Amino acid sequence: MKDNPLDSQTSYQKYVDEKTPNSPILSNCFHAFLVGGLICAIGQIIFEFCKTKGIDETTCYTIVSISLIFASSFLTALNCFNKIGKFAGAGSFVPITGFANSIVSPAIEYKSEGYIMGVGSKMFTVARSSSCISEFHQVL
Amino acid sequence: MKKIGKQSYKLENPVSIINTATIVGPKEKEGPLNKYFDKCIDDEFWGEKTWEKAESKFVKETSNLVINKSGIPATQIDFCFAGDLINQCISSSFGLKDLSIPFFGIFGACSTFVESNILGAISIDGNFAENVLCCSSSHFCSAEKQFRFPLELGNQRPPSSQWTVTGAGATILSKNGNGPFITYFTPGKIVDMGIKDANNMGPAMAASALDTLITHLNDTGRNPSYYDAIFTGDLGYIGKDILNELAKTKGFNITSNYNDCGIIIFDKEKQDTHSGGSGCGCCASVFSGYIYKKILEKEYKKILLIATGALTNSLTTQQGESIPGIAHAISIET
Repeated sequence: MKDNPLDSQTSYQKYVDEKTPNSPILSNCFHAFLVGGLICAIGQIIFEFCKTKGIDETTCYTIVSISLIFASSFLTALNCFNKIGKFAGAGSFVPITGFANSIVSPAIEYKSEGYIMGVGSKMFTVARSSSCISEFHQVL
Repeated sequence: MKKIGKQSYKLENPVSIINTATIVGPKEKEGPLNKYFDKCIDDEFWGEKTWEKAESKFVKETSNLVINKSGIPATQIDFCFAGDLINQCISSSFGLKDLSIPFFGIFGACSTFVESNILGAISIDGNFAENVLCCSSSHFCSAEKQFRFPLELGNQRPPSSQWTVTGAGATILSKNGNGPFITYFTPGKIVDMGIKDANNMGPAMAASALDTLITHLNDTGRNPSYYDAIFTGDLGYIGKDILNELAKTKGFNITSNYNDCGIIIFDKEKQDTHSGGSGCGCCASVFSGYIYKKILEKEYKKILLIATGALTNSLTTQQGESIPGIAHAISIET
């Protein structure tokens, strides 16, 4: 006879872990690879395009970042980015698109509390924690 | 003494549930129970500017609807017990402020609906009131905003997460009436099994549901088969599975007549609701819509409703505290 899961908190936690389905890691990784790669490829295309127009490299990098941030913010406002994020997970969250989304989404959510106490003070609530990940990514 | 056994109570004069009303949101409208709800609203804002105001409107309109349906004027309702998930129960207090009925705001997380009905039944059986209004509500968007992340954030929900029901359910309890009647109730104890994952509330509440269920059955000397159906509030698929299995280890087989309101309100495959519905509005709308109508249609004659609540807030989970569960049970018979 197995131990009764209700005997202790540890045995209950173990029992619950066995009962709880895991996230589909393999397919999540594949989706993330696909979408993350696509976002990077779009960035590269913008970069190459700017270079053909004779813009210097540093400015090209800036244009890439600005374009991706704009696209992500725009899709967030259209209530589309969450659907991409649901499919792609880290694939859309780790690139700079996720950082933009993590600022724009609370800004929309907390607009009801006003522009100063709502948007102003709450728009970085998610980004503060995710910025560490984003910064880490930028360094890499 | 009305107490029987350890913590169950028999009402000397069974309290009649005169009528119920329920109004739900768009996602619930797409679910399998839509024909049982009094009204389904297509707009989650319901014409208001904020989620919180929208939730208050659900409370207000549902309460007005149940009062109209019952035919008892608001002036003859002695108390109102209501609660929701939003800080300081503002959805209930803002929603009910125009009714001018003495108001008790209560909080039992998602167990609030049954808690309100227990308190209503106590006050009627104790001769403090003749008619009582009980109401509870939840709103997906206001709950996500308070407990989780902004709606537009592009993150993934784990398979164990549950979907907060947008909706409100209300009942009018009365000393006089032809039933269905609340005959017994078993208020639950707080049970903490150390679960810390806020995305997996079902197992955190399943232990308390088990405790209340077993206590109720032992106290009343009833078997699970005495009831035509046993419903829990919002344990979801994982919680239901756990309750089924653990009840068996205690010598009670509930598999044949047990279901969970959070499971039946949504279609898991089509609606992508993962482990099922949750929130105060889940048990409230499923009981007030589906179960109550099934009782009136005589499909169910005796049911046991166990509403389950996870006693947590966004700070305690961030501080690494565990999630204690609570479950209150009422026995409803015709």
